[in-house]
Amino acid sequence: MTTPLLSVRDLVVEFPSRRGTLRALDGVSFDIAPGEVLGMVGESGAGKSITGAAIIGLIEPPGRIAGGEVWLDGTRIDTLAPEAMRRVRGKRIGMVFQDPLTSLNPLYTIARQLTETIRTHLDLSEKDARLRAVALLDRVGIPAAARRIDDYPHHFSGGMRQRVVIALALAAEPELVIADEPTTALDVSVQAQIIDLLKEICAERGAAVMLITHDMGVIAETADRVAVLYAGRMAELGPVRDVILHAHHPYTRGLMGSIPTLDHAADRLVQIPGAMPRLDAIPQGCAFNPRCTQAIARCRVERPALRPVAPNHAAACWLADDAEPAHG
Amino acid sequence: MLAYIIRRVVQSVLVMLAVALVAFALFRYVGDPIYAMVGQETSLEDRAALRDALGLNDPFVVQFIRFVGNAVQGEFGISYRLQQPVMELILSRLPATLELALVSGVVAFVFGVAAGVYTALRRRGAISTAIMTVSLIGVSLPTFLIGVLLIWLFAVELQWLPSFGRGETVVLPWGWETGFLTPSGQMSLILPAITLGLYQMTLIMRLVRAEMLEVLRTDYIKFARARGLSNRAVHFGHALKNTMVPVITITGLQLGSIIAFAIITETVFQWPGVGALFINSVRAVDVPVMSAYLVLIALIFVIINLIVDLLYYAVDPRLRIERGGVRH
Repeated sequence: MTTPLLSVRDLVVEFPSRRGTLRALDGVSFDIAPGEVLGMVGESGAGKSITGAAIIGLIEPPGRIAGGEVWLDGTRIDTLAPEAMRRVRGKRIGMVFQDPLTSLNPLYTIARQLTETIRTHLDLSEKDARLRAVALLDRVGIPAAARRIDDYPHHFSGGMRQRVVIALALAAEPELVIADEPTTALDVSVQAQIIDLLKEICAERGAAVMLITHDMGVIAETADRVAVLYAGRMAELGPVRDVILHAHHPYTRGLMGSIPTLDHAADRLVQIPGAMPRLDAIPQGCAFNPRCTQAIARCRVERPALRPVAPNHAAACWLADDAEPAHG
Repeated sequence: MLAYIIRRVVQSVLVMLAVALVAFALFRYVGDPIYAMVGQETSLEDRAALRDALGLNDPFVVQFIRFVGNAVQGEFGISYRLQQPVMELILSRLPATLELALVSGVVAFVFGVAAGVYTALRRRGAISTAIMTVSLIGVSLPTFLIGVLLIWLFAVELQWLPSFGRGETVVLPWGWETGFLTPSGQMSLILPAITLGLYQMTLIMRLVRAEMLEVLRTDYIKFARARGLSNRAVHFGHALKNTMVPVITITGLQLGSIIAFAIITETVFQWPGVGALFINSVRAVDVPVMSAYLVLIALIFVIINLIVDLLYYAVDPRLRIERGGVRH
């Protein structure tokens, strides 16, 4: 792998609460190469969105980054002053949120929101910014962009609004786009279009993508590599094909079992028994051990570290090597 | 747009008719006006003749229509107490009340919005806590007590400001008697304006704060931050404008109540406005003044409401449906 664009090292995010400090992220490390698409999967509350918020520096107080480092292209960004970090947001890291219906300010036209973003980061006149905005809208597939640009968000459908959101996130040509469940709130019929658009437009601009989703299907089709999070910890990390075909962590295998396929007509989808532990009740040892069918004594006592199980492929499971021999 | 305005105007007219009915009913149920107008030695025949001359024997509907017809022309009869046309009386007192209401309204709005925004943005600061505590006093202390306390402190103890009256006034060419132009007029305005505006100010402040906190939690504010917009643009461009939609309504209605409830402040400070006129008229059972006052206050409320509705329309593009609603 070349020098990573984004490098996250041992990231710890904590939320102080009345019953003690909750660890939403506990020692998460991963890299994203320039132009790469990294999928991030996990159940609700696994820490996917928190990871995205931590990278872009928008963790809601009282939450805070309690440890670890975030590097963007050789610069450490988690310790930047607020004003310097603000200039990174939008300019170097773009972000797409889940719900396009609420991501846009209802009181301003699309034009105003786009030109405002463009002019915050690029030294352009109002007129040039508008031209650029129209070109962007056109690129994300808004028909009659030159005319529609003066419409308000409520004039657009959900799918169209998500296209506008993508245009906004890419307005200043960021090197990394964090897409936090970009299709969850959309109709199934437009989900694929939006994912394709996002992938295509980022590829043509050379932007890397961190795609946060709980949909393994989307990851399988879109991502180069995949990171599986469980209870704020990295369970498995590796190339998409390897992780899907040779998952080393029992949790990842459980996730794969939950993807419906048309090949073999299973009556029921496999589901993982139990639920992810609450952040204030993470069990000792491996966080997954109470739900794991293969857990051994060691899993209940000692927390497994993420360790290589195959080239570019790592898993945090004591049984990783034994359970599934590393393939060629 | 036009249909909307017409509908609102028709509604306003209906409201005014209902109020006129109540105002008219005052004449019939608050004592016998003849009794108040004539001396003790007036004979029964003279009383009957007067009753006839005033049209008090006509059917209810005829009297009501006559009342409305006169009211539309600004004709509310002669004050029983002062033997002057009611409209003339009210118009001569109106500038005092409107100037007082205007100053306290502007003060309440400006300081209310500023303090509300400040306390929302610096939620945990010491100054915010202080403002919130003081605002509790503003909400809970009755107006007359605040007025008396202010008089005691600034007029009696410190002797900085006058305790009553309007000071010197200047009559403008179109008959408007203003206290804005003389130093004593301006000094006299301070205490009553604070007294009248304090409650509204704390109300607006608390409303702005609550709305602002609500808006700051929305997705489009998160997205605005994620695009790297400056705090200034996020807070004052995106958040404040969304905050203002409900605030406009409340402020508009409050302006109406400032004028209506100036009665108490005017009494405490012996302010020669319509409120004081009303109180004196109630004491003397001066029904024409009372009913005219009622109609006037209702008219002010209705006009303000109408303006508020139109402002709503101007601020929130989602209400402008003339472009055909949601397009796909």
